[in-house]
Amino acid sequence: MDLVTFWFILVAVLWIGYFILDGFDLGVGMLLPVIGTDDLRRRVMINTIGPVWDGNEVWLLVAGGATFAAFPLWYATMFSGFYLALFLVLIALILRGVAFEYRGKHDTARWRANWDRAIVVGSVLPALLFGVAFGNIVGGSKIAPLEGAANPADAGSFNYVGSFFDLLNPFSLVLGLMTLTVFATHGAIFLTLKTSGEVREASRTVALRIGLVAAVFAVVALLWSQVFSGRVAITLPLSLLAAVLWLGALWLVLKGRDGWAFLLSAGTILLAVASLFVGLFPNVMPSSIDAAYSLTVYNASSQAYTLMVMTVVAAIMTPIVLVYQAWTYWVFRKRLSTSMIPAQPAIGRADDRFAQAAG
Amino acid sequence: MGALDLARWQFAITTVYHFLFVPITLGSVWFVVGFQTAWFRTGNVKYLKLTKFFGKLFLINFAMGVVTGIVQEFQFGMNWSDYSRFVGDVFGAPLAMEGLLAFFLESTFLGLWIFGWDRLPKRVHLATIWAAAVGTLLSAFFILAANAWMQHPVGYEINPDTGRAVLNNIGAVLFQNTSLIAFVHTISASFLVAGAGVAAIGAWFLMKGRQVDVFRPAVKAGAWVILAAAVVVSVTGDMDAKIMVQQQPMKMAAAEALYETSSNAPFSILSIGDVAGDQATALIEVPGLTSFMATGSFDGTVQGINDLQAQYTQTYGPGNYVPYVPVTYWGFRLMIGLGFIAVLYALWALWRFRGDRAPQGRAFSIVSNVIVLGPLLAISAGWIFTEMGRQPWIVFGEQKTADAVSPLVTPVEVWISLIGFTLVYAVLAVIELRLLLKYIRAGAPEEISDTPFEDSENGSANRMHFAY
Ligand code: HDD
Ligand code: HEM
Ligand code: HEM
Repeated sequence: MDLVTFWFILVAVLWIGYFILDGFDLGVGMLLPVIGTDDLRRRVMINTIGPVWDGNEVWLLVAGGATFAAFPLWYATMFSGFYLALFLVLIALILRGVAFEYRGKHDTARWRANWDRAIVVGSVLPALLFGVAFGNIVGGSKIAPLEGAANPADAGSFNYVGSFFDLLNPFSLVLGLMTLTVFATHGAIFLTLKTSGEVREASRTVALRIGLVAAVFAVVALLWSQVFSGRVAITLPLSLLAAVLWLGALWLVLKGRDGWAFLLSAGTILLAVASLFVGLFPNVMPSSIDAAYSLTVYNASSQAYTLMVMTVVAAIMTPIVLVYQAWTYWVFRKRLSTSMIPAQPAIGRADDRFAQAAG
Repeated sequence: MGALDLARWQFAITTVYHFLFVPITLGSVWFVVGFQTAWFRTGNVKYLKLTKFFGKLFLINFAMGVVTGIVQEFQFGMNWSDYSRFVGDVFGAPLAMEGLLAFFLESTFLGLWIFGWDRLPKRVHLATIWAAAVGTLLSAFFILAANAWMQHPVGYEINPDTGRAVLNNIGAVLFQNTSLIAFVHTISASFLVAGAGVAAIGAWFLMKGRQVDVFRPAVKAGAWVILAAAVVVSVTGDMDAKIMVQQQPMKMAAAEALYETSSNAPFSILSIGDVAGDQATALIEVPGLTSFMATGSFDGTVQGINDLQAQYTQTYGPGNYVPYVPVTYWGFRLMIGLGFIAVLYALWALWRFRGDRAPQGRAFSIVSNVIVLGPLLAISAGWIFTEMGRQPWIVFGEQKTADAVSPLVTPVEVWISLIGFTLVYAVLAVIELRLLLKYIRAGAPEEISDTPFEDSENGSANRMHFAY
């Protein structure tokens, strides 16, 4: 296997890791008003992901960094091309991150309600837009050389020439709805695994309901994606297997086998995203204007030396990171329930001007 | 404004904003490490209270560092796509390493530290904050190596077919002197920032006569850190200046508004008139100091802006190679000046609190609370000087900023994101400042159990010690 193929796989693995891990954070965030019908429940939900969400989000940063290092032309074209979509994602992630950290730092209902809104918006937008962005990668987007480029055949002159609204095409929107509903379900299943009592019961009901909607979107989106796939013989079975795992996950939720259900829903995400990447290879951003303008692993990559250096670093660091992240999940393995949540860190004092102003 | 100017404003605003939180994180995490280690070794509850108090402030700040950092990671692609294309082969590597080596470490272990008080044995819990602190250092190292490469590109060649940079020596990129010195200079400057913050907060409590026994050590620790950091900052700053003269002589000339090449060049502390013209009138000068900073000898020759402009036109073709002098000139002075006011303050603090004195003067507290901003402004000024002094280059000698911008991103798009980020950032700044003040006023916990660790296995329904 050549190095560029290896790095294509590694980038895919990073995205899969991100979707599986931050996927449930986003899901928990979205479901805050649905499952968290009172403040105590909402706090249980937030605390299930409290210790891990930041570490999970780093998968996204590393996916971005690895794309920059291994496929700079992909990084440059994608993020300048999907400019406004990425801007919305960034604003959402900012609000979500601050909200987790600040929500409990001040004790008024309005304060918490505002941060709850930030968490919901900050979770829904990325979950939807990541799917839309992938739809535009897999389904192809308007990529062409810059007008008047010195060397139009060189991939360095390829740019996204479409508009923001071109990104909102039907296939991409369906894929976006798939990621939105799949992450919501994945989050609900995570909650069944990490909580006990009333929150767990509510999460099971929600997981089943949204899970069925997600199944519909997933089947439509994955079947549709076969149109763009370069290797239907592999991607179709992968997609079908993903669908089977999903139904299995829902069945296990029904049976109360939370751990297995979570594994299967993670497996579904793995297979679905893998099938998209397999169908994409060797393209990284196919052009819908002319196949000659497509960015591929060959014309968008860094040179061998950089890839070699990064391979060594990744080979050493990835196992280490996986070990300590897994250990974190082990440390926080205990289920949470409403009875375990301490009173809000009440430090409000009579002379707390902030409390009065914000109150 | 065109897309280029807007993109520059956007980058400047978001980066300077990110770097308000970064030095506070870089410095204060070591105070938390220090206090918790002191508690672990001595068992003195005073140190546990300080750990909890400064730990909370640290986390409020850290959250902002994280969310503003996410924007940075993707901005190169969004606004500077031709830059990303040109340098990706070289520049992407340290950025990816930062993620793999540093961000995972920081975020994972900080999560363990925050929620782990009652889940981990004391020793392991202490290790988690150490790991997170090491993560912040690694993060600074890799990103500063990336930035040093823009100041002084090494370890690469230009591919003649594509015209893009290709990495050929990663060791040179990571460990060139520009990178190492910037690392030590920036880290020590961050300690200066955090030291001033800790001292000022302590001083405020002493003035109020609240929790005096807890906060006295904080004032002293802060003041000593300021002094130690200032020594390192000066030494590395001096080394930095000498390297800069070799690598980017134009930046040195612009820092001094030195238009004509001269030996025995003076250092003006203040000047009037138009430093952007071709003459500036110095009010107070130290003879020979600029020569000394640049060359190590009081009558060394320092090249002036006019000569350099002529040279660069020959080497790189016609164009304006002079950075905007008022910013470099005043940026340089603000960096040094505000940094050194903090040193005077630290000396004063140590004098007042010598032995076991704990005077309660109002003046001291007011000064403390004003001075605290000095190092933060100084560190921003340092960056603004460094980055503006590199202009018109984005990668010195290789790519101009004007050629780096995303070719097809429209001004409307940049306006939208510029306004969007600025508004969100402004709102968050107000919120974070008020939270910090609230938690400072609340003081250190009065009652605290010095055995916060329980066996997590016994009893499943016990309450969490910490929860969001
Ligand atoms: C000298 C140090 C330094 C400098 C110059 C920068 N940063 Fe930074 N950054 C840090 C030092 C740091 C840190 C200390 O590691 C932070 C600050 C607070 C924090 O949470 O980590 C951080 C956070 C942080 C994060 C979030 C990490 C997480 O989720 O844990 C990202 C993605 C970046 N930064 C990226 C950047 C980029 C792309 C920069 C270039 C413009 C940049 N930073 C400048
Ligand atoms: C590795 C870290 C950094 C990288 C890669 C980097 C890169 C860049 C880039 C791409 C630009 C855009 C060109 C321009 O606007 O002129 C720039 C400009 C700028 N950067 Fe940095 N920068 C880094 C760190 C910082 C930090 C930490 C600060 C300060 C807080 C800073 C302050 C600025 C400022 C003020 C400008 C504007 C200069 C101008 O508009 O002329 N930079 N830098
Ligand atoms: C004797 C005092 C100082 C001297 C001689 C000095 C010198 C320098 C020089 C020459 C540079 C430019 C490096 C380059 O672009 O190649 C620089 C950058 C910088 N300075 Fe200072 N400095 C001093 C004090 C300070 C203080 C007190 C602070 C902050 C508290 C500070 C913060 C910075 C920062 C953040 C940078 C940008 C990063 C870097 O390139 O290292 N400096 N300094």
